[in-house]
Amino acid sequence: MSISVGYYPGCSGSGTSVEYDKSTRAVCKKLGIELHEIDDWSCCGSTPAHTVNHTLSAALSARNLVLAAKQGQEEVVTPCPSCLANLRTASHKIEDEEYRPKVEALLDESCEEAASVASTLQLIIERVGIDAIKKAVVKPLKDLNVACYYGCIMNRPPELMKFDDPENPMAMDKIMEACGATVLPFPLKVECCGAAAGMPKKNIVTELSGRLLEVADSLNTEIIVTACPLCQMNLDLRQGQVNRANGKSYDIPVVYFTQLLGLALGLSAEEVGLSKLVVDPTPRLRFADVL
Amino acid sequence: MRIGVFICHCGSNIAATVDCPAVAEQAKGLQDVVFTTDTMYTCSEPGQNEIIEAIKEHKLDGVVVASCSPRMHEATFRRALERAGLNRYMLEMANIREHVSWIGKNKERNTVKAFELVSIAVAKLRNNNPLYANKFDVTKRVLVIGGGVAGIQAALDCADAGYQVVMVEREQSIGGKMAKIDKTFPTVDCSSCILGPKMVDVSQHENITLYALSEVEKIEGYVGNFDVQVRKKATYVNWDECTGCGACMEKCPSKKNIDKFNEGISKCTSINIPFPQAIPKKAAINPEGCLMLQKGKCGVCAKVCPTKCIDFEQKDEIITEKVGAVIAATGYDMFDHSVYKQYGAGQYPDVITSLQYERLMNASGPTGGHIIRPSDGKEPKKVVFVQCVGSRDPSVGRPYCSGFCCMYTAKQAILTKDHIPDSDSYVFYMDIRSPGKGYDEFTRRAQEQYGVQYLRGRVSMIYPKGDRYVVRGSDTLAGTQVEVEADLVVLAVGAESAKNAPALAEKMRISYDNYGFFMEAHPKLKPVETNTAGVYLAGSCVGPRDIPTSVGQGSAAAAKVMTLFSKDKLESDPQVSSVNTSRCIGCMKCATTCPFGAIKEVTDRAGNVKAEVIETVCQGCGICTVTCPQGAIQLQHFTDNQILAEVNALCQAQLDF
Repeated sequence: MSISVGYYPGCSGSGTSVEYDKSTRAVCKKLGIELHEIDDWSCCGSTPAHTVNHTLSAALSARNLVLAAKQGQEEVVTPCPSCLANLRTASHKIEDEEYRPKVEALLDESCEEAASVASTLQLIIERVGIDAIKKAVVKPLKDLNVACYYGCIMNRPPELMKFDDPENPMAMDKIMEACGATVLPFPLKVECCGAAAGMPKKNIVTELSGRLLEVADSLNTEIIVTACPLCQMNLDLRQGQVNRANGKSYDIPVVYFTQLLGLALGLSAEEVGLSKLVVDPTPRLRFADVL
Repeated sequence: MRIGVFICHCGSNIAATVDCPAVAEQAKGLQDVVFTTDTMYTCSEPGQNEIIEAIKEHKLDGVVVASCSPRMHEATFRRALERAGLNRYMLEMANIREHVSWIGKNKERNTVKAFELVSIAVAKLRNNNPLYANKFDVTKRVLVIGGGVAGIQAALDCADAGYQVVMVEREQSIGGKMAKIDKTFPTVDCSSCILGPKMVDVSQHENITLYALSEVEKIEGYVGNFDVQVRKKATYVNWDECTGCGACMEKCPSKKNIDKFNEGISKCTSINIPFPQAIPKKAAINPEGCLMLQKGKCGVCAKVCPTKCIDFEQKDEIITEKVGAVIAATGYDMFDHSVYKQYGAGQYPDVITSLQYERLMNASGPTGGHIIRPSDGKEPKKVVFVQCVGSRDPSVGRPYCSGFCCMYTAKQAILTKDHIPDSDSYVFYMDIRSPGKGYDEFTRRAQEQYGVQYLRGRVSMIYPKGDRYVVRGSDTLAGTQVEVEADLVVLAVGAESAKNAPALAEKMRISYDNYGFFMEAHPKLKPVETNTAGVYLAGSCVGPRDIPTSVGQGSAAAAKVMTLFSKDKLESDPQVSSVNTSRCIGCMKCATTCPFGAIKEVTDRAGNVKAEVIETVCQGCGICTVTCPQGAIQLQHFTDNQILAEVNALCQAQLDF
């Protein structure tokens, strides 16, 4: 099997979530997916752009999709749900023949030829498939109780994302199950972690992420599995802040699904960037005989 | 021919945007028109008298009325013509209200269009012939489909009036949803105490034949003469012998069947009588759970049965019945809340439906009327009711209000307090809709007397926390988000059309809406009739209905049937196809396209094959007339000549206003 797609790492992939980027590339390689990083890609606009100007935001994102198309890619994948939301919105907007000229005016080029965009999660589950993953697993995540946390925008808005169930997504659950892990029925899988509110108003994150950790803890979750750099950061990097604000002492590792998938596929801790995590997952992984 | 034209103002409905006097004046120039006038309300008594007077005075032999839709008043004006001694089919209507004045604002152009429609009507009328109805016999028996409270009421009323009733019920017992309910709002009287006697009446009434666990397979024929096939499903028990003693249920070793009557909150044996008050009180075997039928060994029920009525060889049986009228009272189904993933997708054991809750509260239910949590059997102290689950929510394809959930939720909250005095109840609602007699007082009683907390807002999610459930929603009055930790959550699931309702509608040749509910002939003025003569509706098959409305409709449908049966002979509609045998070449193409099987093959005296229309079966759709290569088959009152005359008139209209 050979799948070849364009790849948009997003800026967090080269900063706060280098381990997501690293493990995504390693897992894709293992699963026979060729990722072609878009040459000269630029920021999708992130949250600031679309809060100020929708057309500007669309232009920033559309530039990357046009670039990918020029480089021969019909399809682009990105690990980051926030990038995905921006890229997908832009892609939707430039399909509208009345809207497109506004974007083209900002970019000084035609947007008629642009790549489509999906998440790496969608690519893995839909194009590689659960059966192929099961076959490729060499180190099952036996005896590992995981809770999959998708965050609020991976599947939303449903009419734009058109992937999985917006209220009860199962893609990561199925992948983790295929890897041999015990997947807990995590009821808050699409709840907000507080997102970027951590910058201006930390207590929003400590309250919302605190609730996520509380419910995960009540289910005896050993590891929380995420697919979003911002969710991961709020739950992992800010876990200490959450504990202090709520008088708790949670110690739950929060990893990217690509990291656990990578380990199950036989990649080393180094290859999936485990050392970048704040709450150290290695004791539990060793206990479960994964490391 | 001498034609009179009457232009109606319909108050200002037409006159505001059509120059009626000008149309009347202009119509004087149309061929054969000898009299025209415009009147304020042609349908009123003076208006009708004006027509009658004009017919006599001007020796009219045809009348055009330009007013509203013929669906509104064609029958009215036809009667006026008959009173004046004319044939009813010598009337033509031009619809200048729905087709002109209500849809256009430009008076000048409206006036032109109104005149064009009048000239079309005149042209057609010039080609009209008097038509006469034939008479045929009526079979004075009625089929009632569905044995819920609406069907029961309809059946009893018809039977008491002396007519034979055939009742077909899909489930093993009649009683419908009402038999599952504990108490009824707003009187809080016992549901089975008021329904039970009626169910017994059905079983004991000499005029009622009941087929339970049966479905209507096929309906053929027409008003007064329907041929119905009923599939009596195999029960594997000879019901003539079964005494309903229940010995088989006690001994049946297969006890893990889903108990449909108890909405799945308990299990039942493979051979089962659904509830103690069941009518008929007969046992039936669920073949999917039966060890004997599945694996060929067991047969315990056959051994213990004192009347030896178990028959593992029983097969479905098709029964044919002749009836003159059909009442559909097929009810509704509960909305399947598992599409709401945010409410646990049906996976949380203590998040249950309102009908399941009824079974928990019901003294004859699986818990003997004790409210307990399905998960651990503990008594809940905090119960949260979530309204509008599958109602008023376009995102799940249910934009309509189910109408009765506000009321049954208030009732359930009141009863919860009665059952568990130290409990607290919360109700999340969008609006309280309680427009019935004593209804709003009842919901207020729940709040004021029983202390039920009403929170105005939608619930965004329900998730388990420990052994309780967090219900998160908005309180739009306080403008905040609220979370309630509940022991038990009751989802007030809405109503949707009964499964297979569209298929049944097609068998009865009646229309149904986007949601599968049957369509009335007119939503206001013909609420229990359909557009198919002889087929009537009652209860929730038309849309969600509460018990009083369902009972009222049952009686209303019965009254319609009695009106129909009050005549010994019915008049057939002469607007059917007829064959000009001298042009018919006997190709029989018409018979192959007729959707009603209304054309048969005959041979004339010379031995030539000819088509012949069975007038009572023909519905007047006209498909045969466009099929016929010879133009030999013509739909009376809509002949080719009449239609071409209308087209000609439209193309030739001289406009000068």
